[in-house]
Amino acid sequence: MEAHEVESRKVEIAVGLFIAVGIAALFMLAMKVSNLSSLTGDEGYVLTARFDNIGGLKVRSPVSMAGVRIGRVTSVGFDQKTYEAVVKVTINPMYNQIPKDTSASILTSGLLGEQYVGLQPGAEDKYLHNGDVIKYTQSAMILERLVGQFLFNKAQEGGSK
Amino acid sequence: MTAWLQALGRTGLSVFDRTGRAGIFLLRVLAGLPSLVFKPRLAITQLYSVGVRSLVIIVVSSLNVGMVLGLQVYNTLVDFGATASLGPAVALTLVRELGPVVAALLFAGRAGSALTAEIGLMKVTEQLSGMEMMAVDPLKRIVGPRFIAGVIAMPLLAAIFSAVGILGAYFVGVGLLGVDEGAFWSQMQSSVDLYEDILNGVIKSIVFGFVVTWIAVFQGYDCVPTAEGVSLATTNTVVFSSLWVLILDFILTALMYGGT
Repeated sequence: MEAHEVESRKVEIAVGLFIAVGIAALFMLAMKVSNLSSLTGDEGYVLTARFDNIGGLKVRSPVSMAGVRIGRVTSVGFDQKTYEAVVKVTINPMYNQIPKDTSASILTSGLLGEQYVGLQPGAEDKYLHNGDVIKYTQSAMILERLVGQFLFNKAQEGGSK
Repeated sequence: MTAWLQALGRTGLSVFDRTGRAGIFLLRVLAGLPSLVFKPRLAITQLYSVGVRSLVIIVVSSLNVGMVLGLQVYNTLVDFGATASLGPAVALTLVRELGPVVAALLFAGRAGSALTAEIGLMKVTEQLSGMEMMAVDPLKRIVGPRFIAGVIAMPLLAAIFSAVGILGAYFVGVGLLGVDEGAFWSQMQSSVDLYEDILNGVIKSIVFGFVVTWIAVFQGYDCVPTAEGVSLATTNTVVFSSLWVLILDFILTALMYGGT
């Protein structure tokens, strides 16, 4: 009876340890590996920006200012009247002093990296608030178009000689 | 010609027959599960033999898989100067695919075959019919605890596999090959999504655990009660559950990530 008791205690401890380790692994995946720690800034104030071309910008792409992530893209839409892309971004409420004349451009991290919205601060004293529109925007650079332009210029140069 | 048709028909019928029996068997096992609430010890003992005893093989193989992944992905990325992407590449591979799939394959080989052999041998030695004589339902007493233990153990094992694999890649990438530690973790965090990647990986491992354990206990319960029958059933468990894991993995991946 005594030995049996000790044995089942061992089994239970081992099972408890196994479940604890398994949950710890899940917890590590959630906290250390995934974006849970940076997901908390989902609430915030919404700004809208219109672009001629957004390239490969997607929902959840980062929005950064001076290289620091301050928000995320929350929706990407298309305006049928002006043929522009309407991008809504949510900015962390911590950063509430973004000037009215801030300009937004779509940039690429690295040569082939993912695209993000970069904000260039303006000089005005008034700040952007929830629902405001960013007026000054610059579209994404499309690599193919650049290459095409470059080739076209080169060809023209060759022709004029 | 008719003999060939007859053979085809017989095979088809036996497949349907077996599938039907497996389905009814599953329903009966599931119906018996609530009674386990009063006897959790049965399940805990099984969790020990199914889960704890699979830990060594899971940890050792995931460490090696992670280290190999780290090494190989690094060798490819270093040509493009993109070694900072080592973290996301390894983490996504492990969390989305390799963690659940390889853990399920190892689980089928390590725990599934043991379940089949154990239940099959009980059938051969007429322990199962003995229980029925004593008005003890073997589905509740023997199969139920093993089934629930497998379903619980599999997601935990897959999570351990992914976590240890990422640590293995970290040792090789950051420790040996000199990838920047901050870039490794921060790039990983910015590209791995909690719901899309980790939750889907957990869902996959739960499905795999369900299917592998189902196949294992059914093969054991349904085996021909001879020494040969048990050996055939054990082989079948490993073969069928490995195949089903891979087939289901494709279907689940297509459902989860195929849309966009």
